[in-house]
Amino acid sequence: MKDMKETIMKIIFLISACASILAVALICIFLFANGVPAIGKIGAGEFLLGKTWRPNNNLFGIFPMILGSIYVTAGAIIAGVPIGILTAIFMAKFCPKWLYRFMKPAVDLLAGIPSVVYGFFGLVVMVPLVRQFCRAFELNGNGSSIFTASLLLGIMILPTVIGVSEAAIRAVPDQYYEGALALGATHERSVFFTVFPAAKSGIMAAVVLGVGRAIGETMAVIMIAGNQPRMPKGLFEGVRTLTANIVLEMGYAADLHREALIATAVVLFVFILIINLLFSLLKRRQK
Amino acid sequence: MQAMNKQTWKQKAKAYRSSPLSLFLLILVALASLITVCALLFLIGYIMVKGIPNLTPSLFAWTYNTENVSLLPALINTILMTLLSLLIAGPLAIFAAIYLVEYAKRGNKLVEIVRVTAETLTGIPSIVYGLFGLLFFVTTLKWGYSLLAGAFTLAIMILPVIMRTTEEALGSVPDTFREGSFGLGAGRLRTVFVVVLPSAVPGILSGVILAIGRIVGETAALMYTAGTVAEVPSSLLSSTRTLSVHMYALSSEGLYTDQAYATAVVLLIIVLLINWLSGALAKKVKKG
Amino acid sequence: MDKFTISNLDLYYDDFHALKDVNLNLPPNEITAFIGPSGCGKSTLLKSLNRMNDLVEGCRITGKVLLDGEDIYGDMNVNHLRKRVGMVFQKPNPFPMSIYDNIAYGPRTHGIHSRAKLDDIVEKSLRDAAIWEEVKDRLKLSALGMSGGQQQRLCIARALAVEPEVLLMDEPTSALDPISTSKIEDLAIELKKDYTIIMVTHNMQQAARISDKTVFFLLGEVIEYGETEQVFSVPNNKKTEDYITGRFG
Repeated sequence: MKDMKETIMKIIFLISACASILAVALICIFLFANGVPAIGKIGAGEFLLGKTWRPNNNLFGIFPMILGSIYVTAGAIIAGVPIGILTAIFMAKFCPKWLYRFMKPAVDLLAGIPSVVYGFFGLVVMVPLVRQFCRAFELNGNGSSIFTASLLLGIMILPTVIGVSEAAIRAVPDQYYEGALALGATHERSVFFTVFPAAKSGIMAAVVLGVGRAIGETMAVIMIAGNQPRMPKGLFEGVRTLTANIVLEMGYAADLHREALIATAVVLFVFILIINLLFSLLKRRQK
Repeated sequence: MQAMNKQTWKQKAKAYRSSPLSLFLLILVALASLITVCALLFLIGYIMVKGIPNLTPSLFAWTYNTENVSLLPALINTILMTLLSLLIAGPLAIFAAIYLVEYAKRGNKLVEIVRVTAETLTGIPSIVYGLFGLLFFVTTLKWGYSLLAGAFTLAIMILPVIMRTTEEALGSVPDTFREGSFGLGAGRLRTVFVVVLPSAVPGILSGVILAIGRIVGETAALMYTAGTVAEVPSSLLSSTRTLSVHMYALSSEGLYTDQAYATAVVLLIIVLLINWLSGALAKKVKKG
Repeated sequence: MDKFTISNLDLYYDDFHALKDVNLNLPPNEITAFIGPSGCGKSTLLKSLNRMNDLVEGCRITGKVLLDGEDIYGDMNVNHLRKRVGMVFQKPNPFPMSIYDNIAYGPRTHGIHSRAKLDDIVEKSLRDAAIWEEVKDRLKLSALGMSGGQQQRLCIARALAVEPEVLLMDEPTSALDPISTSKIEDLAIELKKDYTIIMVTHNMQQAARISDKTVFFLLGEVIEYGETEQVFSVPNNKKTEDYITGRFG
């Protein structure tokens, strides 16, 4: 009787453990089964490299959105990564204890704020500022732009970059730091030229994770990027990302249009899988 | 007598004068941290200052209409959604972690695969979850836009979060506990539930709180699974909007900026509460 | 003139009184060995000589330490002090860089960037540390691929590259095999011509073999200080004799 119970529960645990496998399998099957045929119908080249997205005319080129996602993500990396890494260095090696007790929750809070709230903040604060800037310099653009989205995403990836980098820096053995100090290097030099290089692959992992967050972000980007489905024209002009494309049109799309949107998600999904792979490779190297 | 081995400000200043690069690097890290903190303080401060005056009683009316733009139904929906998702994902995630830590043998291939898939789940963007929920729960299972479809979608999302923290919590329970229990003739099941699990509770709770944070902030995964009806649901199969979706609807319509500010305040307060709670819990875990 | 003059030095870790009224004069171009049981304060004193104790939280020092008559806890720049007083750690701690970059790290830190000059310094330091022949063909390879004994000599070479006056060695051979140990000992004897060497050691024979002066510590106090020969053959203090003959420690 007792053995029965043990066995049954063991099987229940085993099945539970398989839940995440099942989930990934289902997600893959449903996305690919619904999306890949559309790519076949449209033509892979036409779909991935086509420059026009006009569902009413049966034109389904997502190249503008692929570029849009890449530009916005690159912008977020440029804006967020240097500040994130430097903040992580500060928190790990410069920050006095009393300040750390304040910094750490602050960074955690930054991670906890919902993306709609970020998006709303971008909408009411950043977009008008960028619009004024554009007017002042007689640039085309109404404030919703690659620049605005990059800046906001830069802030949004900060906690990810800071968290992972800080852990990587703290994992570097103290002897490196002390060794450099004993050679007469200053605290700053020891940290930047000895500890930091030793944490390199962990910090790279942080950047890759940041890329993943930026490319997958949806709501905040929709609210401030302008969403025009055309080839990106300039830093201060609107752009549409892959994620935005899905959310904006899924509500009313039908038939091939709908399948094309699911295919957009397939492309996004493949991007993310590549990034995940890169991340786990880097993490393994750090060990 | 005064200790002499702590460098005084004067000594430090002198050292920096002879090493401008170090001074530059110091300023750089300090500046970056200042930017990070200021971004946070400005965001929270701005929304609080603009939003708190808009927190009117009519926002908390029992039913939503275009006049009062009440957020109370959305708030209730958020709580329902959170509870339901946790109910689905919680036991599954905890059982899965129990299998991985307590039952699986070292080098088990299955464990490896579960880890990889869980990591994959963590990286998937919420819009992809939303789309999957639409294809599977809403369309294939014919649940329609519903509380249930939304909750199941979110459950998959938070599964790896709770699983990982539970794994860590179980892993940090000392083996002496297990040996002690086995030594008294208890079976594995009894050992897990009576000895191991209770000492892992704070760690598991911190995972649950993390998951609540994700649920409360989620929008993209819910728009096409739970839908956007701003009413308290009458059944598991009726459409609902959570606070975050409500917030998006308000700000994208552009007519209700004041109410959007107020909603943002409510969201921020919830997030602050969650963070405070998880911080307090983390302290408890550390103390043991 | 003495290299180091230590007078009335007291050191506390929070409430723990780790060094009690230490007074020592350490002569130049000699090897001075610090011996004593674990926790007696010998490593602590060593680290006070290049102010590595500044890193330890709750550490409080009073008294005076003069290097060539100059107060190292006074107006002296800490980084300059550490350039003059190099240190070799208990466990070899090469940086995760190439052998060449490890040696060049110090000189670069202190503003030498000319390739030719760095090449010279790297070769000279490695030669002085008696490891040049073993590594000259793989200077660009990671230092982490070397054996423990080689790593330790690399760390000595790295310390020499900044042209210090004093070399502090904190149990430099405790993590090494006997062959590597004897190489480091030979090296230390070779180096004392140009440097002042202060070495903490657990190994009684090592102190007797290579040092000129020996300081015996017990519970944070200097019990005996004198010529090594005298300390080991006719110690003045009963406690020293007990320790050396192995009655405690």
